[in-house]
Amino acid sequence: MASIPIPDINIGAIGPEITLCVIAMGILMAEVFSPSRKNRDLMGLVAFGGVVVAGLITMSFQGESFTTFSGTYIVDNFSTFFKLICLLATGLTILVSIRYCEEENIHEGEYYALLLFTTVGMLFMASGEDLMTIYMGLEVMSLSLYALAGYTKTRRESNEASLKYFILGGFSSAILLYGMALIYGASGTTKLAGVSEALMGGSVNTTLIAVGVVLTLVGFAFKVSAVPFHMWTPDVYQGAPVPITGFMSAGPKAAAFAAMFRLFAEAFAPLQNDWWLLLWILAAVTMTAGNLFALAQNNVKRMLAYSSIAHAGYILMGVAAANETGSSGALFYLLAYTFMNIAAFAIVGIVASKGEERVSFKDYTGLGYKYPLLGATLTVMIFSLAGIPPTAGFVGKFYIFMAVVEKGYIVLAIIGVLNAVISVFYYLKLTVYMYMRDERVETTKIVLQPSMIIALLLSLYGVLIIGLAPSAYMSFAKSAFLSF
Amino acid sequence: MWALEFIWWVPILPLLGAIVNGVFGSRLSKCWIGFFAVGSTGASFGLSLMALAGFFVLPVAPNGDHVFEKILFTWIESGNFVAEAGIQLDPLSMVWLMIVTGVGFLIHVYSIGYMSHEDGYARYFSYLNLFMFSMLLLVLGNNFLLMFIGWEGVGLCSYLLIGYYYDKQSAADAGKKAFVMNRVGDFAFLLAIMWTFWIFGSIDYTTVFPAADSTFQYGGFAVTMITLLLFIGATGKSAQIPLYTWLPDAMEGPTPVSALIHAATMVTAGIYMLARCSAFFNMAPTTMVIVALIGATTAIFAATMGLYQNDIKRVLAYSTVSQLGYMFLACGVGAYTAAVFHVMTHAFFKACLFLGSGSVIHGMSGEQDMRQMGGLDKKMPMTHATFLISTLAIAGIPPLAGFFSKDEILLSTFLGHTTGHLVFWFMATIAAGVTAFYMFRLYYMTFAGELRSEDKHVRDHVHESPPSMTAPLVILAALAFGGGILGLPFIRQGHALKEFLAPVFSDANSAVHPHASFGLEISLMALSVAVAVIGIALARYFYFLKPAAATEFANRTGVTRTLYVLMQNKYYVDEIYDRYIVKPIIQFSDSFLWRIFDVQIIDGFVNAVGKFTVDLGSVISDVQSGLTRRYAVAMVAGVIVLAGLWLI
Amino acid sequence: MNQYIPVLLLFLVSGGVAIAMLGIAEFLGPKDPRDKFREKMEPFECGENQIASPQQRFSIRFYLIALMFIIFDIEAVFLFPWSVIFQELGLFGFVEMMVFIIVLGVGLAYVWKKGALEWE
Repeated sequence: MASIPIPDINIGAIGPEITLCVIAMGILMAEVFSPSRKNRDLMGLVAFGGVVVAGLITMSFQGESFTTFSGTYIVDNFSTFFKLICLLATGLTILVSIRYCEEENIHEGEYYALLLFTTVGMLFMASGEDLMTIYMGLEVMSLSLYALAGYTKTRRESNEASLKYFILGGFSSAILLYGMALIYGASGTTKLAGVSEALMGGSVNTTLIAVGVVLTLVGFAFKVSAVPFHMWTPDVYQGAPVPITGFMSAGPKAAAFAAMFRLFAEAFAPLQNDWWLLLWILAAVTMTAGNLFALAQNNVKRMLAYSSIAHAGYILMGVAAANETGSSGALFYLLAYTFMNIAAFAIVGIVASKGEERVSFKDYTGLGYKYPLLGATLTVMIFSLAGIPPTAGFVGKFYIFMAVVEKGYIVLAIIGVLNAVISVFYYLKLTVYMYMRDERVETTKIVLQPSMIIALLLSLYGVLIIGLAPSAYMSFAKSAFLSF
Repeated sequence: MWALEFIWWVPILPLLGAIVNGVFGSRLSKCWIGFFAVGSTGASFGLSLMALAGFFVLPVAPNGDHVFEKILFTWIESGNFVAEAGIQLDPLSMVWLMIVTGVGFLIHVYSIGYMSHEDGYARYFSYLNLFMFSMLLLVLGNNFLLMFIGWEGVGLCSYLLIGYYYDKQSAADAGKKAFVMNRVGDFAFLLAIMWTFWIFGSIDYTTVFPAADSTFQYGGFAVTMITLLLFIGATGKSAQIPLYTWLPDAMEGPTPVSALIHAATMVTAGIYMLARCSAFFNMAPTTMVIVALIGATTAIFAATMGLYQNDIKRVLAYSTVSQLGYMFLACGVGAYTAAVFHVMTHAFFKACLFLGSGSVIHGMSGEQDMRQMGGLDKKMPMTHATFLISTLAIAGIPPLAGFFSKDEILLSTFLGHTTGHLVFWFMATIAAGVTAFYMFRLYYMTFAGELRSEDKHVRDHVHESPPSMTAPLVILAALAFGGGILGLPFIRQGHALKEFLAPVFSDANSAVHPHASFGLEISLMALSVAVAVIGIALARYFYFLKPAAATEFANRTGVTRTLYVLMQNKYYVDEIYDRYIVKPIIQFSDSFLWRIFDVQIIDGFVNAVGKFTVDLGSVISDVQSGLTRRYAVAMVAGVIVLAGLWLI
Repeated sequence: MNQYIPVLLLFLVSGGVAIAMLGIAEFLGPKDPRDKFREKMEPFECGENQIASPQQRFSIRFYLIALMFIIFDIEAVFLFPWSVIFQELGLFGFVEMMVFIIVLGVGLAYVWKKGALEWE
């Protein structure tokens, strides 16, 4: 009777995604049907629980390698690694958000549901083995993010951020989709492996594929905010609620890098001689511009936004190198970056207090003495961002520079190291304000919720442990690369 | 020997001290803070002493290596790149280990007295212990990466400690200046490490250095560049031309910090690095000439800058820069042993001088201007005696330690093979005379004559420092007196330090050191003593016998006047840097990148400039009016450029 | 290529019809609407007098309703091909579609409870 063949479907493979979807829908239902406010406060914890479960399921896939859903969805160490980074970002963000939601008095239900939907999109991107899967994941992620960026409805900047992000995001999605369409047109398939084979075969229209690859690259460059496709980043990062800013700079960026990696290292691998220069230039321009612009900022959130652009540049170096050290270095860097950036933004959120008003450098005056532990934590994160040993940021940078040197892009390595030097100026500015200025600035009393403390401790642990004993994480990152 | 097995505790102990004081410091009493800080350093010193004993027992390998290596764990592993966290103890690191823990311990003890009235007692000791950890990591690490981490670490601690009095704007600025200048050097150092890795595929000393002979071409491009980059790194940390200006400013920090970090230990890290990489430098004759040239120039340049400073600590700072120049000169002519010897003696007498000046400042209620001092010899006898010994040592009067080490450098330079070695020798000899002059100028202005301060509070409160401060002074003065015994010349077998260091520099020394005839050696010695005595005599004339002569001399017109003004203003180097390097960078970032690039090129509308210049913070509200469109334009431009790059 | 000719024809015919209609209106219609045919310039030329500026903002509810209409419309579109081959798909197909409908149902419940379906 069954004349229509049911494709190979492995429901278990998308277990993490299903879990998150179900939890998100449950939260939505609870939001509208739960009568009391009390129950709603539990939503953050429920969402966090969902992320933990999804993480456990993901971890159980470690070491496996198979495709399913007619070869459009892949499970391998690479996807597992990136999924764990994404889930880590989401988990930390949820922990950080609990405090923020209380303080800003915003509706938790939709907030967490959107956060989880974003994560679902990110997970699909990390596992996409087909152009369409990647695109669908990207859209699910982006649409939820547009809403999240504008979540604090009463703040003008937040509205502005959301709208800008939406318009430009739509623009970039169109570019990306057009690029994918051209690749499909040239190679006759949307499967990454198929594209690679077609390119290897050599009977494809080179102009078509070139434009396709460039447009695809631009689509992802927008998502990872590479210069000159970064213009939205400072405005949106500044406007979005702080936890979401931290999230955007880590999770979605990691997912975009995951898809980009897979695309370039797998599908476009035969063309590496052509595209390495583009990535080389993107990386150099991105980190340089990001760092130089960050120098001129006096708003901490904006400074961190530019710094996250610069970090995207470092990671792009790893992509440009496209060798084992480079890829695993970039993976490693993303992991470290997730910890340090989310924590840094979390502390910015704590200092900013209600309405996000206190976000300039001088609001940090004397923070190191008034709240020694908080100040110390922020200092560690800042040092890690600046790449000062023995933090995770240093090891990450070191790997990436090594990879580039190994590949022979000495000039790029020099640009990178120079940038690392420049970045110290503005990172240090923050510690100078925290520890070396003594004007009294009155602050509202800072009280930390347990969830926030856990998030900060987790990040601190991550940054230091990865910095001191990176081998275990590195070998995981390496196995992720080898799984191609 | 068990002490060697536990050698990794030497850096760990101060780290623990730093953590305890850093985290719990605010809850501990001063007594406990001091206990943890001094206790951890003292234990570290004790362990180092035992390790020294163990090291002597350690058999020398058949090939002449005398090394103890212990791998703790594999730190970073990636592809063919492996970095291990391991300890390497050889004679070279042994010397530094002793200096760092020994002098460090004394200065910790001294700090208890000196810092007793300051705020942030725990913070101070926490930083100081952290510094000890970093410095020990630097000298004990078994690969370039660990050295680099220690290198960064000491820079960071130096920054924190210079800016210790953070409520003083000048202190915070000085800290920043030091950090930034050091970063410039670090950048070059990191490039050198990468280059090394690129060539050797490893960054372990034990892999890299033995292979240097066979891998590099003598005088080849790669080795010259690597050594030059390394040297640039060293100029940053060791305050050599052109990156020296941070060190005099660093005197904003507490005086014990100046003694420990900016005289005895951290600033000699550059020498350590050069000595460590002697296998590289020996392959790069061009670099050697540059090292010697920079060293000799710095020696004389900084010495003349020290001539007319009135701040007691600044004189010492310029003197440190100058003495470091000597050490680099020694490295440049291949006399690494002499350099290390001078590092050691310098650590003794300069630490003593700094601590002595700290004692003076302490006694003078914080006054640092020498024009306000005078006649302290009776009021502060202990300080005076120790200070005099150290001053004689640095001036190069036999039989004090400074004489032997400086003389060995001069002799090696005279006999060296480096191009222009005789010119360098001449410069260094003149600098020795200048050194004697300004050091005794300092001595006479501070201790001789009558107290010139008008301030009643200061006059009434001049007092000798407590024992916790004078005891380290006495020990250091004794070392400054007798420390030269380790490197007595004449008796070749008796040159203990050379013998000890022989396994590290085996090929370097034999190549550069032909035997000097006894007569030549003696006459050079006599010459350097004569130069020193002339310097002292001049200082005595101008600042003790006829103080008016100095003023008169300074007020003369003509060339002397110009020279005087130039020297007093430190040759305007700071101003030049500020105008031609710092300002342009800031302006570039601010006006070009922000205003022009962002606003004009991307926006394409010149009339928007006016709106944007006022306040960067208000940009957001300006931007709202449809800049999104321009963002999109930028994206399209990017697409066109990228596609063009590929297709063309 | 032949199989695309009908598509091309469709394009040509639809394009032609549109152009023809606009062209005829241009050709036959009054030329100077400013004076004689004032009503021509108004947004609704069905005789009803204009009572407010057409440039005012529309209520956000229009968009909400429109969006929701599209979503449920697409659900209906999905149901058509599914029902045609329902027999062949068997139990698997049934369960899949139920999951799809439940997900939409959750959305509907949310929207309903949130009050987005009410006009006032």
